Amino acid sequence: MSEPTQPLPKHERMQIPRQGMPTQDAQARARNFNEVALGYPEETAMLEAGRCLQCKRPKCIEGCPVNVNIPAFIGYLREGDLPGAVHSLKGDNNLPAICGRVCPQETQCEVLCVVGKKHEPVAIGRLERYVADWDLAHPSPPPAVTPSAQQGRVAVIGSGPAGLTCAGDLARFGHQVTIFESLHAPGGVLIYGIPEFRLPKQIVHAEVNYVRSLGVEVRLDTVIGKTYTLNELLNEQGYDAVFLGTGAGLPMFMHIPGENYNGVYSANEFLTRVNLMKAYLFPDWDTPVKIGRRVAVVGAGNVAMDASRCSLRLGAEEVHIVYRRSRDEVPARAEEVHHAEEEGIIFDFLTNPIEIYGDDKGWVRGMRCIRMELGEPDASGRRRPVPISGSEFDMEVDIVVMALGTQPNPLVFSDSGGLERTRHGTVVADETTGKTTKDWVWAGGDIVTGAATVISAMGAGKRAAADIDRFLRGETAPVVAEGQAATAAG
Amino acid sequence: MYEIVLREDLAPVTKLLEVRAPGVASKGRAGQFVIVRIHPEGERVPLTIADYDRERGTITLVFQEVGKTTMHMGTMQPGDCFASVTGPLGRPTEIESYGTVLCVGGGVGIAPIYPIARDLRAAGNTVISIIGARNKELLFWEDKMRTVSDELIVCTDDGSYARKALVTIPMKELLESGRSIDQIWAIGPAIMMKFCALTTRPFGVPTIVSLNSIMVDGTGMCGACRVEVGGQTRFVCVDGPEFDGHQVDWDQLLARQRIYPEQEKLAIEKWKSEHQLCG
Repeated sequence: MSEPTQPLPKHERMQIPRQGMPTQDAQARARNFNEVALGYPEETAMLEAGRCLQCKRPKCIEGCPVNVNIPAFIGYLREGDLPGAVHSLKGDNNLPAICGRVCPQETQCEVLCVVGKKHEPVAIGRLERYVADWDLAHPSPPPAVTPSAQQGRVAVIGSGPAGLTCAGDLARFGHQVTIFESLHAPGGVLIYGIPEFRLPKQIVHAEVNYVRSLGVEVRLDTVIGKTYTLNELLNEQGYDAVFLGTGAGLPMFMHIPGENYNGVYSANEFLTRVNLMKAYLFPDWDTPVKIGRRVAVVGAGNVAMDASRCSLRLGAEEVHIVYRRSRDEVPARAEEVHHAEEEGIIFDFLTNPIEIYGDDKGWVRGMRCIRMELGEPDASGRRRPVPISGSEFDMEVDIVVMALGTQPNPLVFSDSGGLERTRHGTVVADETTGKTTKDWVWAGGDIVTGAATVISAMGAGKRAAADIDRFLRGETAPVVAEGQAATAAG
Repeated sequence: MYEIVLREDLAPVTKLLEVRAPGVASKGRAGQFVIVRIHPEGERVPLTIADYDRERGTITLVFQEVGKTTMHMGTMQPGDCFASVTGPLGRPTEIESYGTVLCVGGGVGIAPIYPIARDLRAAGNTVISIIGARNKELLFWEDKMRTVSDELIVCTDDGSYARKALVTIPMKELLESGRSIDQIWAIGPAIMMKFCALTTRPFGVPTIVSLNSIMVDGTGMCGACRVEVGGQTRFVCVDGPEFDGHQVDWDQLLARQRIYPEQEKLAIEKWKSEHQLCG
């Protein structure tokens, strides 16, 4: 148990600098899959917790998509009451060890932190991770769940962040919940997408086990749309409600010549081989991945950072991020870009591939690229990249990874009549309740928003769980109110 | 959980396993496949469903021992379990009343052609079948194929049994004989399917093939199985596995089947050294 920090006067609190996160040395970590960020030691955590002002009207909570009562758990922490901090944190968030690692706190809770107005904000994410990791190291029995008087049976499709959160909350409300997962391991993008060095799979397993300990059943290897359909779950298998949280799992390609050469991967395939199938442990694990000498990763989101950093760890000599816009438009978290640069990833901004060329055996030899410049703002509000004519050049690479974003997988929609979708393939759902246009069906996460963050998916799962509970308790109808769908679509 | 209930050795390197997978068995149809993983560290391997028993809740898988995983599978016995069986995946065969159809199975491709021929016959088609293998030892299911075919032609590449011919020879003869054939299915190694498609192209008879690409998830998530069909990139796992053989970019498919030869060799060597197998 930690010693409580002495209460400090406000001006002294403000003098404590934001505590840095210890990390593995960049040179060393670029060649291993161990976690990069090592977590706060106890004294550092207590020092950082001491920086929180315990605001009467905290702003940070508003920035959190699941509204974690941040001052409350930090309050317990600095009193040295770790069990109290865990209880408080897990009351709001079923997956804190994950959020403490992968949330973009800098644009959510921390950007609103009152301390941050004059100084560096409190490192909320790092404290969340500290408390959650303490909990994993000191396991306590799961909270007792009392069956709801109006207990319902709910099918949750997909075991990613949205599904796990929705299932966990519904179980805590006293309902019977079954999660259906198409892969052989639960966790969705947390398992197949985010690499070990950013989110150790042991952490994901532990958080999934916590959700199971609440009474949630997880059925693996079950593809909804194939093994069973949405309508079968409702009409034949007796589920009272369905939550769709299958994410955005379909890879996008550029549709340029040569994209089917051997050595061109979608980021999904590359990361699934490395993370879910543990190709970095081949041949002890069976699944191989092609290790490039010179690798180009096209795109600059978090997935691109993950793919490029995996390539380096697998043994590539040189890894490039190829991005058609400039540094200012990079969608990845600042910390991920920083870590990638530290490790030696080369960024080629304002560069766009126009063709992939190969050898006569069908293998990639290189990419023909064109230089870009920024023009007028486009629909996204960012300046549109425009090719500079005559600036084509060749880039010799033997592996290309396309990290261009993803869209929802339509497999789940077979036999799902009445479920309205947008022209982007996402499901139309009410923003505050997750209710879709199909009776008894809710949805949340990337399947509604398109590729976004873990925490926003969790927020959607949480809101849908609350609304499904209201319906199961007989407070609301399981149908979408007229006009709602239009609002959600707009 | 996915228990093997029956094993049959169809040929020295061709094995049959009947596996308990009630969810797949209740839904599976001819033409579809499953992804299996035989142990926790195993790779995900696509295998076409050769048969299913909805009552027993089992599916039948037939495979040739060509890689580490299939070699390992070849040592499994009733009572052993797979770590996972996922499916049924892919689109089922479009079973309709076409008239007269030709079903061609080459090597291990005889297994998936069987339920297709059976269902086509049940749908009222006249079914002519051709099955072939490299030699007598590798041929199997002649009797089963005979029960679902109105006519059956059997051949071996080396003439060690029945007619000495590649399957494309009797195919060509049938088409040249002027018999009206409305649709053809050809399943086997990619190179055989390529030549079947080349054989039928001049006659303009629609020829459906079942592609066996490298896959990971089998649900459209990774794109490992992509191949150009009619100039468009398609995913074998969700858009197929059956395609119009005249439209498939065979050279691309063949190249994409050979992404990991060194790794496959390494995995096989490791497997053999750990299991004291020689050769």
